[in-house]
Amino acid sequence: MTTVTLTHGGERDHPGFEAAEHEGPAPKRIVTAYGFWIFLLSDMVMFSCFFATFAVLSKQTAGGPSGAELFDLKDVAVETVCLLLSSFTCGMASIAADVRNRFWFQIAMAVTCLLGLAFLFIEVREFASLVAHDAGPTRSAFLSAFFTLVGCHGLHVSAGILWLLTMMAQVVAKGFRADIQRRIVCFALFWHALDIIWVAVFSVVYLLGSAA
Amino acid sequence: MFGKLSWAAVPLDQPIPLIAGAVVLVAILAVVVWVIVAGHLPYLWREWITSVDHKRIGVMYVLLASVMLLRGFSDAIMMRAQQAVAFHSQGFLPPEHYNQIFSAHGTIMIFFVAMPFVIGLMNLVVPLQLGVRDVAFPTLNSVGFWLTATGALLVNVSLVVGEFARTGWLPYPPLSELTYSPGVGVDYYLWSLEISGVGTLVAGINLVTTVLKIRTKGMSYLRMPMFCWTTLASNLLIIAAFPILTATLAMLILDRYLGFHFFTNEAGGNVMMFMNLIWAWGHPEVYILILPAFGIFSEVVSTFSGKPLFGYRSMVLATMAICIISFMVWLHHFFTMGAGPNVNAIFGIASMIIAVPTGVKIYNWLFTMYGGRIRFTTPMMWSIGFMVTFIIGGLTGVLVAVPPADFLLHNSLFLVAHFHNVIIGGVLFGAFAGYTYWFPKAFGFRLHEGLGKAAFWCWLIGFYVAFMPLYAAGFLGMTRRMQHYDVPEWRPWLIVAGVGAVIITIGIIFQVAQLVISIRDREKLRDLTGDPWDGRSLEWATASPPPVFNFAVLPNITGEDAYWAMKAKAKARGQAEPKEPDYEPIELPRNSPTGFVCAFFATVMGFALIWHIWWMVIAGFIGAFATFVAFAWRDHDEYEIPADEVARIDRINLAERRNLVTAAGSV
Amino acid sequence: MNILDPQGPIAAAEKTILIDSIGIMLAIVLPTIVAIFAFAYWFRQSNTRAQYLPNWEYSGRIELVVWSIPTLTIILLGGVAWIGAHQLDPARPVEGTGSPIRIQVVSLDWKWLFIYPDQHIATVNTLTVPVGAPLRLELTSASVMNAFFVPQLGSLIYTMNGMVTHLELRADNEGTLQGLSGHFSGDGFPDMLFDVNVVSALSFPDWVASTARGANQVLNAESYQKLAQQSVPKDKMTFRLDDSRLFDAIATQKLPPGPGPQLTDNLAKPESGTANVR
Repeated sequence: MTTVTLTHGGERDHPGFEAAEHEGPAPKRIVTAYGFWIFLLSDMVMFSCFFATFAVLSKQTAGGPSGAELFDLKDVAVETVCLLLSSFTCGMASIAADVRNRFWFQIAMAVTCLLGLAFLFIEVREFASLVAHDAGPTRSAFLSAFFTLVGCHGLHVSAGILWLLTMMAQVVAKGFRADIQRRIVCFALFWHALDIIWVAVFSVVYLLGSAA
Repeated sequence: MFGKLSWAAVPLDQPIPLIAGAVVLVAILAVVVWVIVAGHLPYLWREWITSVDHKRIGVMYVLLASVMLLRGFSDAIMMRAQQAVAFHSQGFLPPEHYNQIFSAHGTIMIFFVAMPFVIGLMNLVVPLQLGVRDVAFPTLNSVGFWLTATGALLVNVSLVVGEFARTGWLPYPPLSELTYSPGVGVDYYLWSLEISGVGTLVAGINLVTTVLKIRTKGMSYLRMPMFCWTTLASNLLIIAAFPILTATLAMLILDRYLGFHFFTNEAGGNVMMFMNLIWAWGHPEVYILILPAFGIFSEVVSTFSGKPLFGYRSMVLATMAICIISFMVWLHHFFTMGAGPNVNAIFGIASMIIAVPTGVKIYNWLFTMYGGRIRFTTPMMWSIGFMVTFIIGGLTGVLVAVPPADFLLHNSLFLVAHFHNVIIGGVLFGAFAGYTYWFPKAFGFRLHEGLGKAAFWCWLIGFYVAFMPLYAAGFLGMTRRMQHYDVPEWRPWLIVAGVGAVIITIGIIFQVAQLVISIRDREKLRDLTGDPWDGRSLEWATASPPPVFNFAVLPNITGEDAYWAMKAKAKARGQAEPKEPDYEPIELPRNSPTGFVCAFFATVMGFALIWHIWWMVIAGFIGAFATFVAFAWRDHDEYEIPADEVARIDRINLAERRNLVTAAGSV
Repeated sequence: MNILDPQGPIAAAEKTILIDSIGIMLAIVLPTIVAIFAFAYWFRQSNTRAQYLPNWEYSGRIELVVWSIPTLTIILLGGVAWIGAHQLDPARPVEGTGSPIRIQVVSLDWKWLFIYPDQHIATVNTLTVPVGAPLRLELTSASVMNAFFVPQLGSLIYTMNGMVTHLELRADNEGTLQGLSGHFSGDGFPDMLFDVNVVSALSFPDWVASTARGANQVLNAESYQKLAQQSVPKDKMTFRLDDSRLFDAIATQKLPPGPGPQLTDNLAKPESGTANVR
């Protein structure tokens, strides 16, 4: 303990780590998008729970139908196309917002909305037909997990559509103000994230499910 | 019309909950009436309820935690009293009450005491330590607080209307499924935690973004005070862990409300999945609580030793190591499920590995004291009490991480003693240290030292008297949650534990007295300098209480312990500030009732969901959505404080601070 | 029920590991606690003889030591945990005299059913075993989770519906031990106690015979379902086992899980309460 060395004065610095001096608080645009990214990460964690649950329960059909007997890949393909296209149109809306073109922004958002609604329509129809064929979520643990995972994504899309309509109205009422622009960025992030999650749902639930 | 709700839900035939509920109700009504009659309502609404100022929100979090501590502690008293008398008899609490009480005690203490306490302190302090004016998302911050308060409110409503869960603080299925718990108790639990969980997640996102993106000039990561690091680690854990809780409880909700089969005995449900999921959240949760406490102790020990924190980078490394490893140990909560020797051994060893960075932290605090000039103020007493107590808790914790030892101690009172050892000795002592340490910062006057120390000694002694006997009872094979028992060997230990609870009660009385007397004598305890403890980090560089904008001019810092360096510089120069800074107008977010209104609708919705009142659920949802749209429609969400006003406020503080230079020079 | 007074090899080995682990940790914990008090006392502000090092904040050597002490301790303890977890795995067969006794354990709301499939008898809340023989337990639950625990024999283990857990124990001394449930399971949980009568190897067959003779009830699917209702039995029942595959029927859910509480019209508190089951 006697060999301890005294370091230099009151201001302590660790050379090497301070090469790029920190510039101070980030601008609001960055902060908002960053925070929203973190929210999306937490949302992904939630989805991964539902994915894990689905993986654990996917064989627990309790004598009921399995995925291979239930899934209609044609419908799912149409759903996927709708959602992927909507991501593209959502990207167009972001570009329109960047150049502050109200007309094309509203058109692109409206198309995004319609594609989203088409997706939801097909999903609801699928759910309704499953329930009608005695393959509702109460039938088996597998179907509980299926309805929850896919339904949770569907709820996110529904919430996204509510948000989308609100943004359209806000742009009509307020124009491309800085805070509205920030919200448009967040909305676009949200919508694209739903796409990514859908790709996982499509692969894990439908493709692997009908193969099994 | 009112779903399951009827007059039968009110326990008119059961005196204990009825009287308890009536007392709480009368107290709340009395406060409300007093506020209205005395004309404080507009002030409260303007300055607190709608405030988006991180300092105010932090104070409200701590207030919520303190009130809920009283509630949770009265549950503890009843449990200790019941176990002290229920030998060969039913005691005074029938099982249906006793089971609610221990479930409520755990739920309240974790979710509505420990969580809001640490989140409140982080909210209050972190932006100040980072040298900035606000958190990343001020309005969301308010929403987060009020949603937490909603959860707390719903748990307390269950006292009078209906019942609370009787399944323990983690509702293991199938006991918590509709078949075995048909009442509304579990539903109260589920909806309170879903709602407050959203609030916690919001707080986590807000604080992570704040620490990562909003720091003053020169505040690079390795210059942040330790508390900011632990805040970052803790909130990263919130972001990664709380969605798991939300998803898991959502599945249980679906089981109970819509007949799904996630965790049921029937149709392929899997109870083991619930245990894995809930502990994948639950184990990180304990580190969410303890890491901020570690940060507080780091600040306190370094300040009152008059020295920089020893091994700062080791501490950062240890903090982040704990943050990551805490996700790899959840299975040690159920070694006794029969998972097989390899699984048990791997998770046992992973759990022990967490003890390494934790041990390093203890040693670093120890060496922070080495060569110091230690002032034994109340926060320092809590810290030393913590160090000793926490080591013992760590020892028993590593012990139950050894699978064969756990086979004997699992679910026993030994385990109960262990987690109280780390939660009281770690989290709560940390919260109290932080409360005493930062109280003068928040309000501009100190807390009474004598009463603070009296409270500390009562808590410390009370803790040992209450929980060491439980370790012994655990060795005698007593399992937790026993409403009555017939084993004579257990009884003496349980009576001693009851005495310990009484000593802690006296400690709490001292704390209440401390607050009351300190407010009464606030002029005597006033601190005008803004730096009552000879502090080291930036929160002490501004006035107490800080102006709404925190810093008139954002500090530009060049090293760790930034404020200490400023004081050293000023001392060397012999004067405070060479010249007055250039003041500029400051933009700040406007107050907003969004959080409060949202929480109102969340309460309505939660209550309606618990009682199956579907029209009210829809009404609540529409209300909440409308609130968000209305908030989004605001045109002016900021206001400006003119440069003159900033200058006027800052000059007052600077004048006081000139006197301080001499004080700093004397150290 | 003192776990420090083991009555079988499993509990004894677990106790040894427990004590050893405490010892290993105390070796560093006690000096650390002493150092905390010593440093805090010596470096108090009023002590003018203590050196003040206001800027001392780093020492590579001390850092090395403070990282190594806990690491070495954990490496040692990790070894103990690894070996212990394997040697004392609950399902690992135990040596003993005589042939193993198979016992099938079912946790019910709120009592324990012990089935002796080879002896064709069953008991409630009382377990009789011969001294020194390996006890081969298979465990399941009729309804909610529970945990089978005889503190002086060692190794608590969960019981879960639809699943079977395995536990191997041995009792080394004659006498009566206490068992209990180690996992909260509802209102009748504290009453889930059972006696473990450890009898001599010679008197065990006598006990089996007298139980089979004395039992006036038969355990089959029908009487099991009556037993599965929520209740706290006042006396210790014994049964002749009618269907030796009864345990498998419970564990594979061929017999449905226990029904839970009886419901009343009160929607707020729909349970009929424990008053009725006692």
